[in-house]
Amino acid sequence: MVTGQFFRKMGAVSAAAMALVPTMASAQDVGRGHPEPGQFHLQESVTPIMDSIVAFHDGVLMWTITLIVLFVLALIIVIVVRFNAKANPVPARFTHNTLVEVIWTVVPILILAVIAIPSFGVLSDQLTVPDGERKYLGANLFSAEVEVPEATLTVKASGEQWYWNYEYVDQGVAFDSNILSEAEIAELKPGQPRLLAVNNELVVPVDTTVRMQITASPSGVIHAFAVPSFGIKIDAVPGRLNETWFNARETGLYYGQCSELCGKDHAFMPIAVRVVSAEEFATFIAAFEESRDYATAAALLPAL
Amino acid sequence: MANTANLEAHATGHDHASHDHHTPTGWRRWVYSTNHKDIGIMYLVFSIIAGVIGGLLSGAMRLELQEPGIQIFHGLAAMAYGLEGDSAIDAGKHMFNVFVSAHALIMVFFTVMPATMGGFANYFAPLMVGAPDTAFPRINNVAFWLLPPALILTVLSMFFEGPAGALGFGGGWTAYPPLSTTGHPGPATDFVIFSLHVAGVSSILGAINLITTILNMRAPGMTLHKMPLFAWSVLVTAFLLLLALPVLAGAITMMLTDRNFGTTFFNPEGGGDPVLYQHLFWFFGHPEVYIMILPGFGIVSHIVSTFSRKPIFGYMAMAYAMVAIGFVGFVVWAHHMYTTGLSLDVQRYFVAATMVIAVPTGVKIFSWIATMWGGSITFRTPMLWAIGFIFLFTVGGVTGVVLANAGADRALHDTYYVVAHFHYVLSLGAVFSIFAGWYYWYPKMFGYMYNEFLGKLHFWVMFAGVNLIFFPQHFLGLAGMPRRYIDYPDAFALWNRVSSIGYYVTFVAMIIFFYATWEASRKKRPAGDNPWGDGATTLEWTLSSPPPFHQFSTLPKIDSKDAH
Repeated sequence: MVTGQFFRKMGAVSAAAMALVPTMASAQDVGRGHPEPGQFHLQESVTPIMDSIVAFHDGVLMWTITLIVLFVLALIIVIVVRFNAKANPVPARFTHNTLVEVIWTVVPILILAVIAIPSFGVLSDQLTVPDGERKYLGANLFSAEVEVPEATLTVKASGEQWYWNYEYVDQGVAFDSNILSEAEIAELKPGQPRLLAVNNELVVPVDTTVRMQITASPSGVIHAFAVPSFGIKIDAVPGRLNETWFNARETGLYYGQCSELCGKDHAFMPIAVRVVSAEEFATFIAAFEESRDYATAAALLPAL
Repeated sequence: MANTANLEAHATGHDHASHDHHTPTGWRRWVYSTNHKDIGIMYLVFSIIAGVIGGLLSGAMRLELQEPGIQIFHGLAAMAYGLEGDSAIDAGKHMFNVFVSAHALIMVFFTVMPATMGGFANYFAPLMVGAPDTAFPRINNVAFWLLPPALILTVLSMFFEGPAGALGFGGGWTAYPPLSTTGHPGPATDFVIFSLHVAGVSSILGAINLITTILNMRAPGMTLHKMPLFAWSVLVTAFLLLLALPVLAGAITMMLTDRNFGTTFFNPEGGGDPVLYQHLFWFFGHPEVYIMILPGFGIVSHIVSTFSRKPIFGYMAMAYAMVAIGFVGFVVWAHHMYTTGLSLDVQRYFVAATMVIAVPTGVKIFSWIATMWGGSITFRTPMLWAIGFIFLFTVGGVTGVVLANAGADRALHDTYYVVAHFHYVLSLGAVFSIFAGWYYWYPKMFGYMYNEFLGKLHFWVMFAGVNLIFFPQHFLGLAGMPRRYIDYPDAFALWNRVSSIGYYVTFVAMIIFFYATWEASRKKRPAGDNPWGDGATTLEWTLSSPPPFHQFSTLPKIDSKDAH
């Protein structure tokens, strides 16, 4: 579709414009799955859902709001220059102009309608777990062409005070994931970022649709499970089983952080998802089922 | 506070009428006050005191966040509790949450609301509609005097046990259960609940008083459609208060009984639902943000018109845009809850409803610009603040349009993008409108002119400071930094440092503000009845500065041809 291409181009132009900001250009495309120093834009996407969020934000919303702000700023500057007391000693007395009043009511409605079309598409994709038939938007907001397979793996994440517990629901195995201190990072996982590195990452296969069930311990408090590069964020509410999904196309390590105030260690219960190849995952999960011990199974994965 | 004492002394000293009417003097004049202007001044002084406390709390937060790692809060905790090592760090982490919570509660309930709906509304709504006082002067007194105990309760909550072994309430101003119920077994939360109940009663009483005053006590000839826009904004805001605060009171009462009397409204283990609280809270909470900003709309309208020497453009649209914003503000609450697990249809509805608000808001922005268009504008201090408000509120408004889209909010919810957004509309929007009103009405309230240079300096330093604080927070949010974090991954260091530097600039601006206020009270430059010239057309400028203790003994008559 023509409009789709237009907005994709706009997105590309905006990314290029941002890359022009000198010190920030180096931040582009360096890392994936975690924020980069000085980053001023959304994290890089590895799922169709985050593709559509990035396209919607960078290609539609940023342009719209930047132009509106610049328009208002331009009007203010014109007023300051033309209608100060020196330049214009005698004020006009008009108080009405039906035409401009209609314009500034109708034009915003049209702008909002244009925003709403991709907005509803992006939202619907996020809240519809793939059945294998439905097509998703991905980076093109105006035609749903991305095929996403049916969910074949279900993981239940439970927010605890203050760590995450993950369960491979169909396999019936579970483990806790705790933050690593700086000393522990240096010893166990050198090079991984402070406050994001965990002892046990959630391991999932690449190019696979993962259904996430999110809750919190019934006697606990609300947390929120978020992985920015997947474009997912959903509250972990005691007594509720919330659902979301992702399908990551690149292997690697993807970090997130608890996103609902949950007490003193709110900032210290990160989320780390390790996306591995299908074969590696098959080895891992078989060993996990067999041994029922995360460390034994994780030892079979290639070193990070 | 020295300036406070000075202001009060001046107001007393120049109140010639008080002797004629055997009005109380000294402390009786203030404590027993039933005079809308004196009560308005007390609200403003109260707001300044609360604002200093809330501002210092945020200073501790920015100091902490200036660099990655935990810098100061374990030290604060060590000083406060005498703890050492890891237990000091643990206590410091909780103390940070306590500061976050107290900062928000104090700024919302004890700084912005008392300044706009307490101070300016009490002082100027009756003057603008040509009334001798408010409808219920004694209720006015009660409403004001409920606020200091409410503030004291919130401040006291920081010194009582919250979670086991730690002091203070650290559940955020939203106070979501179960963190605020089972997560905070100690009495600190009960102090906060009681504080909000008392502050809520105060606001409801104030709202009843202002609604009655505006509906029943307008001068002859002043129909609703001739009423100044500030009075309109106060009327709409008072209705929002009247309808929203009882819902908050209900929600926190249910929380109180969950905490203390074994009910399980919000406890899933007893069949309750934590998300129910969020619906109730935001049914209040969203109108609350309009409560904070609508009076500012009214103030800015008058300032823009006055200094452009031009009547307000599209008066009827301006008035009914506020009514529309108030009405729609009640049906958009769950856009604060897109990540709680709401169904697709519910999220679609709240996206659509929320975007509708952008339309009347746009009408207001463009009408202010049209009011200035063709004007003969003098850029006095109040006008700078008003134009600053219009621009910064536009920035905060458009990021609101971004967040309204649940699809985009998925990436931004509970990040610093949200923090940046609501500080642009409140800390830069509402607070700028308050300073605009302060400089605009300072000569009227106290009879003296402020120093123009100091007022403008205050504006420019503060404009630079708050933008430096909050603009980089958009970047942090886009990159994924969550809110209410005492420590953050090292990648977020740069923009956090810039943000903290912005705080110091803003701190300097506040020192200029206090100095300007002190300077004006010392120099005693008489302001005259109307220092702003023929652009200032509302009734308060027909009175002396400060106005007599009781004005309009003979009610003014508004001709049918008079402009609003």
